[in-house]
Amino acid sequence: MGIKTFQQAISEALALEMERDERVIVMGEDIVGGSGADGEMDAWGGPLGVTKGLWGKFGDRVLDTPITESAFIGAAIGAATTGLRPVVELMFIDFMGVCFDQIFNQAAKFRYMFGGKAETPVVIRTMFGAGLRAAAQHSQCLYPLFTHIPGLKVVVPSTPYDAKGLLIEAIRDNDPVIFCEHKLLYTQEGEVPDEAYTIPFGEAAVVREGEDLTIVTLGRMVHRAVEAAEALAGSGIDCEIVDLRTTSPMDEDAILESVENTGRLVVVDEANPRCNIATDISALVAQSAFDALKAPIRMVTAPHSPVPFSDALEDLYIPTAASIEAAARELAEYRS
Amino acid sequence: MSGALHAVTMPKWGLSMQEAKIVEWKVPVGGEALSGDEVVDIETEKIAAAVEARHSGVLRRHIAQEDDVLPVGALLAVIAGADATDSEIDAFVADFQASFVPPDPTASEVGVPTDTVDLSGGVIRYLRRGDSGDVVILVHGFGGDLNNWLFTHEPLAAEHVVYALDLPGHGGSTRDVGDGSLEDFADTLSDFMAALGIANAHLVGHSMGGAIALTFALAHPDLTASLTLIGSAGLGAEIDGTYIDGFVHARRRRDLKPHLEKLFSDPSLITRQLVEDVLRYKRLDGVQDALATVAGQLFPGGRQAAVLRDQLDQLMLPVQVICGVEDRIIPPSHALGLPADVATHTVTGAGHMVQMEASAEVNRLIRDLAG
Repeated sequence: MGIKTFQQAISEALALEMERDERVIVMGEDIVGGSGADGEMDAWGGPLGVTKGLWGKFGDRVLDTPITESAFIGAAIGAATTGLRPVVELMFIDFMGVCFDQIFNQAAKFRYMFGGKAETPVVIRTMFGAGLRAAAQHSQCLYPLFTHIPGLKVVVPSTPYDAKGLLIEAIRDNDPVIFCEHKLLYTQEGEVPDEAYTIPFGEAAVVREGEDLTIVTLGRMVHRAVEAAEALAGSGIDCEIVDLRTTSPMDEDAILESVENTGRLVVVDEANPRCNIATDISALVAQSAFDALKAPIRMVTAPHSPVPFSDALEDLYIPTAASIEAAARELAEYRS
Repeated sequence: MSGALHAVTMPKWGLSMQEAKIVEWKVPVGGEALSGDEVVDIETEKIAAAVEARHSGVLRRHIAQEDDVLPVGALLAVIAGADATDSEIDAFVADFQASFVPPDPTASEVGVPTDTVDLSGGVIRYLRRGDSGDVVILVHGFGGDLNNWLFTHEPLAAEHVVYALDLPGHGGSTRDVGDGSLEDFADTLSDFMAALGIANAHLVGHSMGGAIALTFALAHPDLTASLTLIGSAGLGAEIDGTYIDGFVHARRRRDLKPHLEKLFSDPSLITRQLVEDVLRYKRLDGVQDALATVAGQLFPGGRQAAVLRDQLDQLMLPVQVICGVEDRIIPPSHALGLPADVATHTVTGAGHMVQMEASAEVNRLIRDLAG
């Protein structure tokens, strides 16, 4: 046990699973030698150094790929069907577009179309989210797209502890898993056991208990919600925060139980507002917990716009603790 | 006079406790408090329980009010003789507050209070408290760890050297449980004592830990000073097999919580954080297998495999049995009909976790027997 970063937690999960199961391989761009590394092996470890050190321990089970997402994602899926358990890193979630057939039409469908006889134990690790001044093509929150597809499991961790336990669960899972890492969380610190452990999919974490209002959120927004809840507590508004951890499967019970208790719901989702996780949860609550609601549901999301390159506009684009707080206050003061 | 003034302070129950809320005063201002009496109910993020008086006297002042949230070590009340003057108490409070430094919440794990020892069967984590007096060893039950004695470590440490260990398969100790038998666990206990140079100890066992302590005492009466068996296994065949099975197999909060609630007379003591802590332990690789091995060995088919009550009269040492009247895991009737020289204490308002739900009474009974 010790204090570790989100990045270390992921790295540790990969190393432990590679140690435990020789079928586990990792592949991706720049994860071994890397750009500018002048041929030196293990120089880079991916754009954020997450896989650094693995090549020294596991050699050829760590594969550098060309910059051809469509090819290496397809290769990883194919390798999974032959019995390997690849963890493939697709640097930015924004580049998934060129791999949709491999992911949506192949990996996600094999188990179903082969009558349960085929397994595709592949994990696609990918960075998402705004805030790194990386502009419109490197900053999106595309987990709603994958959540939409039956046959995929989608993980969006918010803490180092969850990242490690959920990644090990993902690697041991026999279905394709899209593992989404917010790029501003890699330096987040928290207590992480040294040993391997697994967190089951479809179990949300209640990171704060409260009686007045429920905030359902995920990924980086969990931390902004906690900030907002602390400010609201000063005004006597007691928020419960539900961190989804996985969007597919989704822990509907945890959401409904909380809203049935508080009667007020704010959903915070960094994704664009149409057909995102916030709309999905709002529909669930409107359909299944309507009688419990004391106020309308509020969604706090990014606007329906590409992520701006301008620093000032990007800061405005991302939901903030202040925007979450304002939505919560509005509901707390709402009288029907 | 100042020697007769005593501070009641916020205890530290476990590694992560930083602060707690004052729920209710049990002794009013002007009321008499005997050492070991429950003075005030407090609530941490993990559990609610009572703070005990460490000295006898008159409770002269409540410093904390109900609903206050105060850090570990903070002054809660002053106990003094009836003859202490108000100005003496004012000065005592002022002195205390002037020198009190709340713990730094960011300084995690500074001076880690647990230690480890490497035995032939693997690493064992333990906690040691107290500097002098007889040795008391606390042995937790199935699925527990040394934190099950949260409310016992400090109160006993005033006059004893207290050890609490994590059994193999539990807490921070090795996952290797061998064949999971009582004899294996008892061997770990004797290895533990040998490694730490403990020649003789008062053994206190809870639940499965009681059966282990009893097995140990029967094999090593020379190393055992006394035996306190709390909600103990090994005294009858019945046990709630659905609890054992549920505890071993539950992976999710919703599945685990109803089982944990069976442990207490008051199920509201099971906080979300407590469930999360148990889940975090159960999620570690190897834990579920270890628990399943132990359960298969000791509780096959939902019955206790070892019933040792007929061997109690072989023990030529002080033995007491404590049980909660509302124990739903092991029937409290197992504490009845024991040999006449075994002292039996039944505690009302407590379930299986007697040492947590009625800590003041259990601590007093342990102190009484251990001298």
